[in-house]
Amino acid sequence: MLHRFANPARFSRIAARVLPWSATLTGLLFIAGIYFALFVSPADYQQGDTVRIMYVHVPSAWMAMACYTFIAAMSAISLIWKHLLADIAARAAAPLGAGFTVIVLTTGSLWGKPTWGTWWVWDARLTSVLVLFFLYLGHIALTHAFDNPQRGARAAAVLALVGFVNIPIIKFSVDWWNTLHQPASLTRLDRPAIDPAMLTPLLLMGLAFMAYFVTMLLIRMRADLNAARARALQLSAAE
Amino acid sequence: MIGFSILVRRDLRLAFRGGTDAMMGVIFFVLAAILFPFGVGPDAAVLPRIGGGIIWVVALLAALLSLERMFAADHEDGSLDLLYLSPVSLGQLALAKAFAHWLTSGVLLLIASPVLALLYNLPSAAFLPLVATMALGTPTLSLVGAIGAALTLGARRGGVLLALLLLPLYIPVLIFGAGAIDGAIAGRDITPQLMVLGGFLLAALALAPWATAAALRQAIE
Repeated sequence: MLHRFANPARFSRIAARVLPWSATLTGLLFIAGIYFALFVSPADYQQGDTVRIMYVHVPSAWMAMACYTFIAAMSAISLIWKHLLADIAARAAAPLGAGFTVIVLTTGSLWGKPTWGTWWVWDARLTSVLVLFFLYLGHIALTHAFDNPQRGARAAAVLALVGFVNIPIIKFSVDWWNTLHQPASLTRLDRPAIDPAMLTPLLLMGLAFMAYFVTMLLIRMRADLNAARARALQLSAAE
Repeated sequence: MIGFSILVRRDLRLAFRGGTDAMMGVIFFVLAAILFPFGVGPDAAVLPRIGGGIIWVVALLAALLSLERMFAADHEDGSLDLLYLSPVSLGQLALAKAFAHWLTSGVLLLIASPVLALLYNLPSAAFLPLVATMALGTPTLSLVGAIGAALTLGARRGGVLLALLLLPLYIPVLIFGAGAIDGAIAGRDITPQLMVLGGFLLAALALAPWATAAALRQAIE
């Protein structure tokens, strides 16, 4: 399974076939999600319309963590099997994850001002997400710090695995410490503590963010592969 | 084990023959900590309140200073390749390097920290916790720092990059180190913080040499 996709040419072919579909799906999910979030779902009885920020905030938080987990998994594959595509996938995913982290931090801040009365508090959830942002920046910087791109990819892979300790800290920070940030309402053993009218747009937006991630990842990976090919052709033309 | 002690002794000799190099970290530590009273004003009520945290933050930065050279000199003159071929495993090499780094930076910071505590008017109840947290925390900094030093080997602008990689990873040590001092000043029991710091140290002792060895292998190959 893993080695079937190891071939960059085959990957490019599959990616080219999947891309139009995933791009269309992203568009449809975003239209449906935004429609439900802005027009169908009710305003909160306490927070009013600011609750709608959640429909962007929560999916981007999920993706910020999922993307780091994805990078860590790709890094493990890259270190164990020396898989070329895993390196490219990790390199392509890092700026996306950093982008999701910026979105979650800014939307959280915008929501925090009217609701908590402050742009920022040093609570465990917020602080650990901020640390995640710097882990992404470190990963991106390390990837590009070497003349030999492969060395950069391998070093970044080790860093991604070391930094992975932060992901459980983010996830459980609301349970371990008494934070201002509210605990999880969806991933609980009993029923989700959220009304179906608000759950629908949230899940739609979550799926939209995920489809967006897949689409952008495929585009970036293809661009990376094409750039490598262009470089190789340039070198062979120069000889 | 013989290989380990030979490596440590070699690094110590190199550090102290270099003369002032090893002292630079401590000088920076004291100097940077002295800047804060100029910045926030020498208020006798404020300084003890923030002193523990500042000493810890400055200790993190001082530990960073000498990390960049941990493997770089050996990498440049080729002795790292010879060490790689020697019977000493890379994990052992990483552990020896981190231990030597701690002896030439962490221990000196540990000795200098009570002086800073005096300058910051910390109450006498905070002195022992300060030294205890430094003794438990600074080896973790050296061990985790070794990973960063190995990862950035041969990188462009390694120093700034090293700070970007390591400072986020140092935050937990900072939280519990500074937290213990604050707790001691407030008269609380600080055993939990010391135990967490000890836990960090044990985890780093077990995992960091392994990650450093993986990073070194990438750098050498």
